[in-house]
Amino acid sequence: MSEYLIIGNGTAAAGCIEGIRSRDSEGSITVISAEAHHVYSRPLISYYLEGKTDLSRMLYRPEDFYEKNNVRLIFGKAVKCDSKKHTVTLADKQKLSFDRLCICTGSSPFVPSFEGLETVKDRFTFMTLDDSLALEKALTPESRVLIVGAGLIGLKCAEGISHRVGSITVCDLADRVLSSILDSDCAAVMQEHLEKHGISFMLGDTAVRFDGNTAYMKSGAEVSFDILVLAVGVRAETGLASQAGCEVNRGIVIDDKMQTTVPDIFSAGDCSEGFDSSAGARRVLAILPNAYMQGRNAGINMSGGDSSLTDLIPMNSIGFFGLHCATAGSYPEDAEVYEDRTEGIRRLYVRDGILSGFIVIGNVNRAGIYTSLVREKAPIDEENIDKLKKFPSLAVFLPATRRKKLGGVV
Amino acid sequence: MKRVYVNEEWCLGCHLCEYNCAFANSGLDDMVRALKDKPVFPRIHIEEDAGITYAVSCRHCTDPLCVKSCIAGAISIEDGVIRIDKNKCVGCLTCVLVCPYGAVAAGPTGAAQKCELCMRNSCGAPACVTGCPNNAIVYEER
Repeated sequence: MSEYLIIGNGTAAAGCIEGIRSRDSEGSITVISAEAHHVYSRPLISYYLEGKTDLSRMLYRPEDFYEKNNVRLIFGKAVKCDSKKHTVTLADKQKLSFDRLCICTGSSPFVPSFEGLETVKDRFTFMTLDDSLALEKALTPESRVLIVGAGLIGLKCAEGISHRVGSITVCDLADRVLSSILDSDCAAVMQEHLEKHGISFMLGDTAVRFDGNTAYMKSGAEVSFDILVLAVGVRAETGLASQAGCEVNRGIVIDDKMQTTVPDIFSAGDCSEGFDSSAGARRVLAILPNAYMQGRNAGINMSGGDSSLTDLIPMNSIGFFGLHCATAGSYPEDAEVYEDRTEGIRRLYVRDGILSGFIVIGNVNRAGIYTSLVREKAPIDEENIDKLKKFPSLAVFLPATRRKKLGGVV
Repeated sequence: MKRVYVNEEWCLGCHLCEYNCAFANSGLDDMVRALKDKPVFPRIHIEEDAGITYAVSCRHCTDPLCVKSCIAGAISIEDGVIRIDKNKCVGCLTCVLVCPYGAVAAGPTGAAQKCELCMRNSCGAPACVTGCPNNAIVYEER
């Protein structure tokens, strides 16, 4: 009987459990969770503050998930991994053995060493459920909130708390919002929309020093605030893996079977660096769908299966105050850009007759057809691109391909 | 498992399936009251290209991307039928972003919705199939 050990209790871990149990109902599975919570949906912490979900609905899997999958859940922190002896030691000295290990430690907020940061009383990061609950306690209808970071995390936080505070200012060293997923034109549209909903921006500017309730900005400006949220960025949690001897770049290096460079150790999710097939390069794909898919794939291979994931791409569906935005793939500099602004914005990035990425703002219906073209690297001709940029349709596929897609079990 | 399929050569492009779908999922027993002067949110839609029309709805994939991608854990498979738990869905539309068939969309409340084969509404069998005037849409095992 195999002994499986999973470090981490997020989406990748849930995927890993389901991957293992799809093949092996007997082996023992132990999960080490640094957070004292049942697996929950991390991206929902802003929706929680917004009132769109609550603690019970935020569970990523049903209450009886561990029991049904015969998983032993330990709340604790793994501090050491001996890859030769196949053991992991926890902070409380408990030692656990494994036949195969999956490291799903995720990422943690990157907090730059701002001068005077320790003088700020109400300062928060926004990554975990506990972060969200702590922030919630500090919110008052009069609070002036300063958010450092206009990325996905900072802006979702802003949306989540906007109806519960007095004012929100978001600053970012980048010259635009959501710089990791939007080009400058699309970012401008999103920024304008956010401003209409009361969010103020200081872009191309960031805090360099804090003193109590004042932030001193790079531009020389001063911002008074009551609550500070640091959402500058995240870093893959790779410490344990590198101590175990795994190769680490920006994340734990894994192959397309989610195997690290050390035998019997796998990794999945935000802590790992996999392959972005749209860019043809190694990348940390820190998004929930990939965490699940990598976790599940790791679980299948850990239990003796042979499964490769070769079509992972960056993709994001995110909305603010009712305006949705769907993006996927990459936007190479030498790509041809096709744009339609009949209804919102649609931008398709095409290189060598293949859709390498896209941005849709507004009506995102059927955007999945674009995503599938990016994922499948399906060739599209000029005439179809013109149709596609107006609205995604299965008509882009050859009739025979389309009939196969719609006419049988897929 | 029985699924909904469309025979392209028989589809007239009449869009009746869209209306029957929206009505079936409206929870109302009067079609006029359910649909007249209201925006409709059908879970099946007609695509049209160069004179060819065909209806598209959830394929109930065997290895569905929407289930794997849902950030809320709100999409699951029950006896082969892919279901969205509206109570858990926060309307992020990641499922819309990943469905290769364009078969998931935001519903009237902002939560995602898609064909669930009319198994939990008053029809009990796909309304698009029952109401298709040319029998182009079928519900069968393939």
